[in-house]
Amino acid sequence: MPGSIASPVPTHPGVLRLDPGRGPVQTHGNNMGIAMKRWVGPLLSVLAAAGLSPVALAQTAPIKPAVVFSTGGKFDKSFNEGVSQGAERFKKDTNIAVAEFEPSNETQFEQILRRFAQRGQDPIIAVGFAQAVALEKVAKEFPNIHFTLIDSVVNLPNVQSIVFKEQEGSFLVGMLAAMASKTGKIGFVGGMDIPLVRRFQCGFEQGIKYANPNAELITNMTGTTPAAWNDPGRGAELAKGQFDRGVDVVYAAAGSTGLGILQATKDRGKLGIGVDSNQNHLHPGNMLTSMLKRVDLATYDSFKAAQANQWKGGVQVLGLKEGGVDWALDKDNEKLITPDMKAKVDAAKAAIISGQIVVHDYMSNNSCKS
Amino acid sequence: MQELTAAAAIELRGIDKSFGSVHAVRGVSLRIERGGITGIVGENGAGKSTLMSILYGLYRADAGEILVDGRAVEMTGPRDAIGHGIGMVHQHFMLVDSFTVLENLILGAEGGPLLAGGRAAARTELARLAREYDLTVDPDARISDLSVGEQQRVEILKVLFRGARILILDEPSAVLTPQETDRLLEILRVLRDRGVTVVLITHKLREILSVTDKVIVMRRGEVVAERPTSETGAEELAELMVGRKVRFAFDKAPSRTGEARLVVRNLSLVDGRRVRVLDDISFEVRAGEIVGVAGVSGNGQTELLQVLSGIRQPTGGALEVCGRKVDASHPADPAEMRGLGVAHVPEDRLRQGLVPAFLASETAILGYQDREPFCHNYLLDGPAVGKYCAELMERFDVRPRTPGLRSSSFSGGNQQKLILAREMARHPKLLLVGQPTRGVDIGAIEFIRRELIASRDSGCAVLVVSVELEEILSLADRILVMSGGRIVGEVAAADADERTLGLMMAGARAA
Amino acid sequence: MSATRRPLPGWVEIGLLPLANVAMAFLLVGLIVRVIGVDPVHALELLVLGAVGSSESIGYTLYYATNFIFTGLAVAVAFHAGLFNIGGEGQAYIGGLGCGLAVLALDRYLPGLLMIPLAILASAAFGAAWAAVPAWMQAWRGSHIVITTIMFNFVASALMVYLMVNVLIAPGSMTPQSRGFGASAAVPSMQAALQWIGIAVAPSALNLSLLLALLACVGVWIFLWHTPWGYGLRTMGHNPEAALYAGTNLKRTTMLAMCLSGALAGGVAVNELLGVHHRLVLDFAAGYGFTGIAVALMGRGHPLGIVLAALLFGALQQGGAELAFEIPAITREMVVVIQGLVILFSGALVHLPRPWLQALLARKG
Repeated sequence: MPGSIASPVPTHPGVLRLDPGRGPVQTHGNNMGIAMKRWVGPLLSVLAAAGLSPVALAQTAPIKPAVVFSTGGKFDKSFNEGVSQGAERFKKDTNIAVAEFEPSNETQFEQILRRFAQRGQDPIIAVGFAQAVALEKVAKEFPNIHFTLIDSVVNLPNVQSIVFKEQEGSFLVGMLAAMASKTGKIGFVGGMDIPLVRRFQCGFEQGIKYANPNAELITNMTGTTPAAWNDPGRGAELAKGQFDRGVDVVYAAAGSTGLGILQATKDRGKLGIGVDSNQNHLHPGNMLTSMLKRVDLATYDSFKAAQANQWKGGVQVLGLKEGGVDWALDKDNEKLITPDMKAKVDAAKAAIISGQIVVHDYMSNNSCKS
Repeated sequence: MQELTAAAAIELRGIDKSFGSVHAVRGVSLRIERGGITGIVGENGAGKSTLMSILYGLYRADAGEILVDGRAVEMTGPRDAIGHGIGMVHQHFMLVDSFTVLENLILGAEGGPLLAGGRAAARTELARLAREYDLTVDPDARISDLSVGEQQRVEILKVLFRGARILILDEPSAVLTPQETDRLLEILRVLRDRGVTVVLITHKLREILSVTDKVIVMRRGEVVAERPTSETGAEELAELMVGRKVRFAFDKAPSRTGEARLVVRNLSLVDGRRVRVLDDISFEVRAGEIVGVAGVSGNGQTELLQVLSGIRQPTGGALEVCGRKVDASHPADPAEMRGLGVAHVPEDRLRQGLVPAFLASETAILGYQDREPFCHNYLLDGPAVGKYCAELMERFDVRPRTPGLRSSSFSGGNQQKLILAREMARHPKLLLVGQPTRGVDIGAIEFIRRELIASRDSGCAVLVVSVELEEILSLADRILVMSGGRIVGEVAAADADERTLGLMMAGARAA
Repeated sequence: MSATRRPLPGWVEIGLLPLANVAMAFLLVGLIVRVIGVDPVHALELLVLGAVGSSESIGYTLYYATNFIFTGLAVAVAFHAGLFNIGGEGQAYIGGLGCGLAVLALDRYLPGLLMIPLAILASAAFGAAWAAVPAWMQAWRGSHIVITTIMFNFVASALMVYLMVNVLIAPGSMTPQSRGFGASAAVPSMQAALQWIGIAVAPSALNLSLLLALLACVGVWIFLWHTPWGYGLRTMGHNPEAALYAGTNLKRTTMLAMCLSGALAGGVAVNELLGVHHRLVLDFAAGYGFTGIAVALMGRGHPLGIVLAALLFGALQQGGAELAFEIPAITREMVVVIQGLVILFSGALVHLPRPWLQALLARKG
């Protein structure tokens, strides 16, 4: 899959780095302080000097990695599945067993993290923002075990926090949507109505306006309960409703619900945009592109780094620059992307990486207005 | 008992059955001859129903054997019994209300996965049975549209339809009016004449004496006597059942009436289906008298009691209870009525008067649970309730005298005595009694009637509603007759007899 | 009384019969586990050790049991009034809303001794209020309470998501959850409480809410069997006509029973929010309300039975997690199947072993 992605940024564990735009601002362990501008490096080196940061693994024995999924389960067609794929790939490449657990309720997080830690599993990847509180508690109890938290931030020397700038990837696919749309009407169908999904939507909207200020965005959320992640029928209905209102490109950011949205897109001969993993292969010819969120890569890299004794604590904000998010270009959609479109998107991507374009993050102020 | 050469239809030998510590049937042996009507009488709890349930395969006997037509048989369930030609008509009908007569008939004997064939065959068979036994019922009528008497005929047909030659009827007249009972007895005679063996379980001596050929008397799980019906009478049977002399006629002192405790003026009640169930009713009940309300069941008596006790509110007219006026705009609930001194023994004790799952002691305070001495500081006083219940049991001879026993474990008569005790113990000013002795055995009937009269003599105003004319006649000082929601006549007890009352009940107004 | 429903001696009825049910469930579970290639004896060992093998696992078992006691009592109280309250889930959830609102508004001003009782009251009040609406609809409008309480679960869920996403979310939070509660609103963990009296146990989610749950058991017992209102409520449940005859106001009693039921369900919020999460989160009720139905059924509606059933279900929940943790072949769905079988045998098929026990006793007697 990496080979088929347009301009992948090489993300070697060693070059994964802290985002200069972020700082150690957390008090509760789960706040995102995107706006804070502080360099975190000095702090870390101070910690290291004080001997508080056993971040580098010293052992040469094979590592004993573990994954604690979120309550969605590992076959959720979204993050968990991405993490699972990364773990599987690591297993295949290194022949090292990866222990895993799917909790059935949120109270189990703490219990299971602790159980893995007691058993000497190391590193332990916790998937999903909901585990932040539990992980912070357990990480304090086991300062010698290395924890990786995906999608949220905990500031402890033995915790590696990986978050993604979904708004940046969404910005790029938004541009593509605006350029591909003939009606000037573009649809967004989200899963459960939570800030994270609005972050996708907000980045998407900014990209559309950037490419075509006159384009119109129609937004629907599938629902307000977790069931919204797994309701393809409802997703298809919402997409068809949007098509009836003139929409000809739709962005499905809705987990398994997206499968229904993309099916409806194909049935009506419209264009769809996939999410999280590369979904272009689902309906070649009707898939404009996919917004990639590389949790699989993050998982794989984290394990590889641990194996190579190069695991580092701290916050990693994976945006375009780090290759954590991207858009997908492969043989399934190359006919839909004109050279002009590709050139414009690549230019915008470079501008975002260089900081010329700042994509507003919905979750920085719970609003799509900066 | 002499040995007969001809085999009996049914012979029981040494049947014995215990439920836990209760020895319900003790070594019973009896013979039921072919082609006659045999009556089995006994008080509630004498073991009649248990014995018949063993015969029908519902229970298994601990010891003893059952012979049908002289051959020993195993009864493991009703299916076996039916296979041996034994059918049972239960006191409570086992019919599906929304089905037609024909559908009920073929229920459990559908004759294949498709109903059509079985249905046609059943229709032919039903016509034959109706001809043979003179039992006409419309095969396409819905059960819910039939009268109680007709429903019972369907039950009998159902049993015959399954090929029964021996018919057991368990208290069949408990739910019937006197006229319907007469019709039933007529049917039983026809069945006997056509060769069916009938076993009639009852505690009503009138039925036994009028229809049976032979009577078997049971008491405390044993057969205490067998008599050809022609050689015995009510007095002897009652004495055999109870084990002592019983008196039905009471020497009542003339009533000494005081002030009016209940005044009813132009009372009417229109129910949810806009049916006028009570229509312009006026009467009064005075302290020191018993007023009886006679009528065929379902003519407004139930609703009258509900209105008088505060369960339902009148839609027209008014009543005055111990000085409190109640009408549509001044309703009173049962709790307030109790506060005024109204006690109510409901018609249906199992559904209204008690909670079968509750302990006897809990039943003893139903309706009075938030009063002293049972409740103080918002808490029920368990020991006080138990002690109170024990006192009631002692005074009203409720057996067994165990306040901690479930209410459902008591026999009907003892349940009724407990309810009467509860309602009478607080010396009410007005006592409303519905069906005081329905389903109650003879010994208890005597006791209950005596208590009601004692209550009257002590100055209580008593209103008795009953479908048993004999009961009304023996208790009441004045008799009101209800029909179609109206009071169609009033007679002094001294001037009344069953015939005139029966005519009034049937709708003919008294002159 | 039919031959098959004859009462058995008390010790059989409340002791042996449930045991036989659970044993049958485990037998079937053993077969299924065998089919997927796991040694059933080993699995059972892991299940039992996982539930009661260490102070940590006992802690989690008791923590789950706390939730089940609350929801079991909630179902039982309504059931004694003849009302089938399927809405414990939603009532617990809305109880959490009350709890959260009270704490978020006041935790900066009130000390723990005031804050915690107030938050408990708020949980109960909101749970009661959420149950009061279906109760009102049943009593005055005749809408069937089973239907309305089920629907109110969905309404509660949608309402909570809306409030959490739009109103109560901590500013800048990744996830729809409120800001953390102040320290004054934390119900002490059992570990802390025991440490205080010199007993060391491993940390777990167990907190002092367990004592509240046990207190609620005693309260329910006194209310149902030792007050005139409880008497009226039970009368209505067994025999509405008798209750009417006795002068019990059926509408008011319906309201009383359901409000009490909802308030008890609100106890889940105390255990989860004040005791564990220390913030208002989505979906903390996690199906405890539904399991409460099985707990109440298995506990025969009696507080003591409910405690025992809650312990069993708590042990299953905790032991099941351990099982899935230790044996990857047993997924969490498998654990749900195991729990489901226990519910099936102890709920729906509760009378299945009765004839055999009868026969056994008859032979012995």
